[in-house]
Amino acid sequence: MEPDAAKPEPHLGLWQIFSTFTKISLTSFGGGLSGWMMREFVQNKRWLTEKEFLTGLALAQAFPGVNVVNLSIWVGYRLRGGAGALAGAFGMVVPAMVVAVCLVAVFDQLARFPLTHVILAGVAAAAIGLSLQMGIRAARRAVGSLVSAAVMTATFLAIFVFGFPLLPVVAVMAPISVAAAAYRLKNAG
Amino acid sequence: MKDNPLIQLLLVFVPLSFLSVGGGQSVIADMHRQSVTVYGWMNDAQFLNLFALSRMAPGPGSLLAALIGWQVQGWAGAATAAAGIFVPSSLLVYGLAKLWARYRGARWQMAVEIGLAPVAAGMILATSCVLLRSTEGGWLAWAVALLSTALLLFTRLSPFVLLGGGALAFLLWF
Repeated sequence: MEPDAAKPEPHLGLWQIFSTFTKISLTSFGGGLSGWMMREFVQNKRWLTEKEFLTGLALAQAFPGVNVVNLSIWVGYRLRGGAGALAGAFGMVVPAMVVAVCLVAVFDQLARFPLTHVILAGVAAAAIGLSLQMGIRAARRAVGSLVSAAVMTATFLAIFVFGFPLLPVVAVMAPISVAAAAYRLKNAG
Repeated sequence: MKDNPLIQLLLVFVPLSFLSVGGGQSVIADMHRQSVTVYGWMNDAQFLNLFALSRMAPGPGSLLAALIGWQVQGWAGAATAAAGIFVPSSLLVYGLAKLWARYRGARWQMAVEIGLAPVAAGMILATSCVLLRSTEGGWLAWAVALLSTALLLFTRLSPFVLLGGGALAFLLWF
């Protein structure tokens, strides 16, 4: 088990946190925001471990509220306590809100050009890659036993193939998986 | 007081903040019902326009709430609606994060972290596949998505380059 890397980084400025979240928020077209966040915070900046990030992701999904905002609060809090959480959530929401409102204001001008739609579709397709690479990384890391492989497969099938809503899927799979992990930990001493 | 549009926005979005479980998608139907039928802030076509724009704009998809607020009462409405949809659930998660930090290293917490990882992995993979299935642009979209996955896995290329490349590929093709 690696040493706990979750200590808030004392040198991170609030502005640095805010601007990193803003950058992620404003460059995320076509969804996949959590993929961008993982790439930035875990792979590029190494402010969080992958495990910390994935825990936050699962909890953010299971809790009520908007997932990426929940995740921003979680990550911001890990980085710099309450002020970090505030900086993260504001960076994620406020600049994007200004852009979205401006977009509505110029909507009529933009929508006249068919090229706008073509460009957006291309950007969206490339953005799916972010989500997928994140899933592959998470899968490689998460699957350490037969039980966890089965949990991952069942979760995937339930959502993608059977189209179950997220909440009941998490409500069933998470306790099973956590109980199995607790059992393994207990046996390992 | 009930006639104040800003109060009305809060009355609509604060409850939805707690109800939006599993992403913002689940409450959009109710946003529609309240904006069009209950409060009459806009008609169906206007709502659909705002919905499409919220998908195109960067940032969280639930900024649709801010766009509705903007339609109702300009910038004050946008800020009020955004606060209504984001703040209440954020306070809950903040409490959770605090709790988590306090019990760091406890065995139950390790079990939760290990146990949630495969669930999260399954959710992310499923989300990617749902996006892939709903994409416009046929095989070209699949090719762009898979190529960008591979580049992200095996190189440190900036995602900006990939998004630009995706746009360029579509432009050249159509």
